[in-house]
Amino acid sequence: MRLGRPARGVLAAFTALTLVFLYVPLFVVARLSFTRANSISWPADGWTTHWWEEAWQTEGPRDALMRSFWVALTATGIALVLGTIGAFAMQRFTFFGRNVVSFLMVLPIALPGIVTGVALQNTFSRTFDLGIVSFKIGFGFHSLVIAHATFCVVIAYNNVIARLRRSSPNLIEASADLGAHGTQTFRYVTFPLVRSALLAGGILAFALSFDEIVVTTFTAGSGYLTLPQWIYANFARPKTPVVVNVVATFVMAVSIPLAYLAQRLSDSD
Amino acid sequence: MGQRLEPVAVLTSPSSDGGAGGRDAPRLLRRVNRFFREHRTLSLLSVLSPPLMWMLVVYIASLALLVVSAMYTLDPVSQKPTSELTTQNVVDSLTNRSAMVLFAQTVGTAALVTVLCIALALPTAFFIAKFAPRWARRGLMVSMLLPLWAGYMVKTYAWRTMVAPAGGNKFAAEGRGGGGFLQSVLGWTPGYSWYSVVIALTYLWFPYMVLPIYAGLDRLPVSLLDASSDLGARAGRTFRGVIVPLLLPSIAAGSIFTFSLSLGDYILPRLVVDGRRRVMFGELINSTLGAPNQPLAAAYTLFPAVTIVVYLMAMKRAGAFDNL
Repeated sequence: MRLGRPARGVLAAFTALTLVFLYVPLFVVARLSFTRANSISWPADGWTTHWWEEAWQTEGPRDALMRSFWVALTATGIALVLGTIGAFAMQRFTFFGRNVVSFLMVLPIALPGIVTGVALQNTFSRTFDLGIVSFKIGFGFHSLVIAHATFCVVIAYNNVIARLRRSSPNLIEASADLGAHGTQTFRYVTFPLVRSALLAGGILAFALSFDEIVVTTFTAGSGYLTLPQWIYANFARPKTPVVVNVVATFVMAVSIPLAYLAQRLSDSD
Repeated sequence: MGQRLEPVAVLTSPSSDGGAGGRDAPRLLRRVNRFFREHRTLSLLSVLSPPLMWMLVVYIASLALLVVSAMYTLDPVSQKPTSELTTQNVVDSLTNRSAMVLFAQTVGTAALVTVLCIALALPTAFFIAKFAPRWARRGLMVSMLLPLWAGYMVKTYAWRTMVAPAGGNKFAAEGRGGGGFLQSVLGWTPGYSWYSVVIALTYLWFPYMVLPIYAGLDRLPVSLLDASSDLGARAGRTFRGVIVPLLLPSIAAGSIFTFSLSLGDYILPRLVVDGRRRVMFGELINSTLGAPNQPLAAAYTLFPAVTIVVYLMAMKRAGAFDNL
């Protein structure tokens, strides 16, 4: 297909404008975290690291950061295990109901967060009476981990299954032909094959969990504030709005390089 | 994968000259391996059941319980749901005119956001996939996707900052000075309005659309486009007649995210309109839950849930699932 120079120029300009649209808001937030004013109006007023120091000394964001970190790490661990074995099962076997299973895996991220959130909240707040024991899941760290792991499974699953589809089944057969038993094949052939996909999936799942707020709001219970929830809660507090910019900039500074790393890992075969 | 070749010789006399691993497996392990090789169904069940059980027990059971609790009765005194079953909540939610109007608006907003994402992603992805120099493609795509990971709240906050109007508002500190970025740079801002919600949602979910479209374009052979122009089609005709039909599954895949994520969102809309009025259905669910009227909230939740399941099935037919 041939396009004239003007048409190509228009397309290039459009792409450039899209990039501007994507990055200007992020830049504005980061720039304002260094403003001297106690306000987020533009243009920023000079440069200072005052708000960064203030944010560091405040306990709220630090505690919230640690909570988010541990929830994301635990949920990612569970999701990686479940997603990986799920991917192996789906890749290696054809069976009745295979399509239903693949639909099930995607459902937790395809359904709006509010549906997942309300449904899980409803379950966690119930008392289940099994005759001998009755129990209630309740809210806190554990309920957040369960909720987050549920929608992170699909991330791990997608990454691993994409890698398995691209790699040749001959490798595993060759390994068996050369005399390796199942465990050896896994250890020396299959695992190295999916290792970088696992790492990439893990980083993405971590980032997703770290960032999530809708399901989190419904399943965290009161008093268990994660970092996104801290930002939410402080939106409305006019005392130190710039501290929110600092926290937001910090989140970007951590998660964007991580995402870039994940991208590189899943590209390198 | 089909049937695997049985390494008979090795199984009968464990190699000592180093196979792939170079070490002999303990006997028990060897037995376990062999057992699973001979019993494919058991083997499948043992790998599939942990993730499947998790999904069924945690997720599907919760969705089922949600349907059940939408049929609970609210005790008028204690304000707590009792397990007396009724269809009243579902009837109430369906006959509540303002709720239905809000839901229709929400579907409209989600559809508009999806259309805007497509309009933005098509030319961009097309340029990157077909006209950008080869060395720049990966970098350009990565730059399109990276903002996805900047954080939902960060981006919500960013758009509030961007559209903040000049003058006072509920959040006093923001209003001091000349307002947000748009106001002072462009001299115009949509302010805390529905328009800003649409812009911000488009911004938020755009990467989910550009990625599948780019992947679809990348797979599209250039020879098809050349054939089209050799047969005399102009660029516009090639675009409508060749590119768009072949891209439909990719667009469908992207729209699952843009539509579904917009449909259920309520935090960004509330913050971007400054809590002045309800623009999205999720806000109604949330406030009903806090009322507290758990059964009615559950009934409301079924609206987006059913909508998305129907939408997913339609998109699955359009081939979206192979492009996720």
